[in-house]
Amino acid sequence: MTVLLAIGTQKGLFLATSDDERRTWQVGPAHFSGTAIYTIGVDARGPRPRLLAAVDSSHFGPSVAVSDDLGETWAEPDSAPIALPADAGAAIERVWQIVPGSAAEPGVVYAGSQPSALFRSTDGGRSFQLVRGLWDHPHRPQWGAGFGGQAIHTVLPHPHDPARMVVAMSTGGVYRTADGGATWAPANSGIKAYFLPDPWPEFGQCVHKVARDAGDPERLYAQNHHGVYRSTDGGDRWESIAATLPSDFGFPIVAHPSRPGTIWNFPLIADSRRHPVDLRCRVFRSTDAGEQWEPLEKGLPAEPYYPVVLRDAMCADGSDPAGVYFGTRSGDVFATRDEGESWTPVAAHLPDVLCVRAVTF
Amino acid sequence: MPTVLVPGVLRAESGGAARLEVAAAGQLRAVLDEVGARWPRLARRIRDESGAVRRYVNIYVDGEDCRRLAGLDTPVAAGSEIQVLPSVAGG
Repeated sequence: MTVLLAIGTQKGLFLATSDDERRTWQVGPAHFSGTAIYTIGVDARGPRPRLLAAVDSSHFGPSVAVSDDLGETWAEPDSAPIALPADAGAAIERVWQIVPGSAAEPGVVYAGSQPSALFRSTDGGRSFQLVRGLWDHPHRPQWGAGFGGQAIHTVLPHPHDPARMVVAMSTGGVYRTADGGATWAPANSGIKAYFLPDPWPEFGQCVHKVARDAGDPERLYAQNHHGVYRSTDGGDRWESIAATLPSDFGFPIVAHPSRPGTIWNFPLIADSRRHPVDLRCRVFRSTDAGEQWEPLEKGLPAEPYYPVVLRDAMCADGSDPAGVYFGTRSGDVFATRDEGESWTPVAAHLPDVLCVRAVTF
Repeated sequence: MPTVLVPGVLRAESGGAARLEVAAAGQLRAVLDEVGARWPRLARRIRDESGAVRRYVNIYVDGEDCRRLAGLDTPVAAGSEIQVLPSVAGG
């Protein structure tokens, strides 16, 4: 078994591999050196994983490069793979998310962008078309921008029903469709927006990441800009699961690839103090869908630790027991092969880690 | 014919060429449109899909920054040199 860990950073994409049951890692040189990699899509539906890297040049704009040989070679189309149509009156500033569709729709890949827009590809991610139903949503003029910009950063196709999907944006909140993207409705009931005059709005929340439970696709977990929530009804209603966390602020939330109810996150002190709680590099895990959380730090740095883990810089692989990976803004990357009981370093001194994605083959 | 000077960092998109001769003249927009038709990957590094020159790309027409002239409406003569340069930016 080989595990490939793709590490997107502020200045390039690094590919780490492990051939010894995830005990040791070999990290290759930077791909797309100097460009920011905010998201990496890994499409494992075919005979060999396809990597889709969102390559973001501060000078020359965003693009998407595709590799079918695990990063040996990359292909990029002549035309911009993700672009708004002429009548949109805007241009894509950044691609924040690339995810394959469900197994029921091979070749379909979705992308979320800044400004907030959803795109759909039917050719495996070589070219994308705007999902008009969301772009034309009457709420769009009121969606705001956080420090990272206004973006759709989370796309969760339903694993069994291609007509259904959840997206999340900052700011704006959670939206979902049940008709293949033709119409969309906000799904933020119970999620607080403390930074607005009305802290319980229909939309406008600053959700940082949403994950879907492996065993129950109607169960969702959301890490918000203050607030950690669970929905058991596909987003109809959310309830807090932050009671036993040391802080409800943070960016990533990751669900176990196969075991229901197991999730991980990385709490930070607060919006105004974005450091790990107690300055300790700790991942928190719940095995009961957020009722109880426990800190995991064996093998992680013991000295005071300041860097944060960004929204896509934590992921799980598809193994059992699951491997979990995270990278920090100081360029450290860590892995666990026992679901968080102990951690080992994968890499250090990389540029700021923006995203990680793992695939087993 | 106007000539487009391609910076080293973008020459992978122009087949390695440092100088591109284009037939279009009149205005800078027409020159960039021709670049888009003949070297599309180079063109989308220079302008976004709305047609705007990317914020951190500078284009000089005969040594003058087009943003200080008439932008994409800047006149281009048959013998003009259009130099594309990434601006000083980044961290």
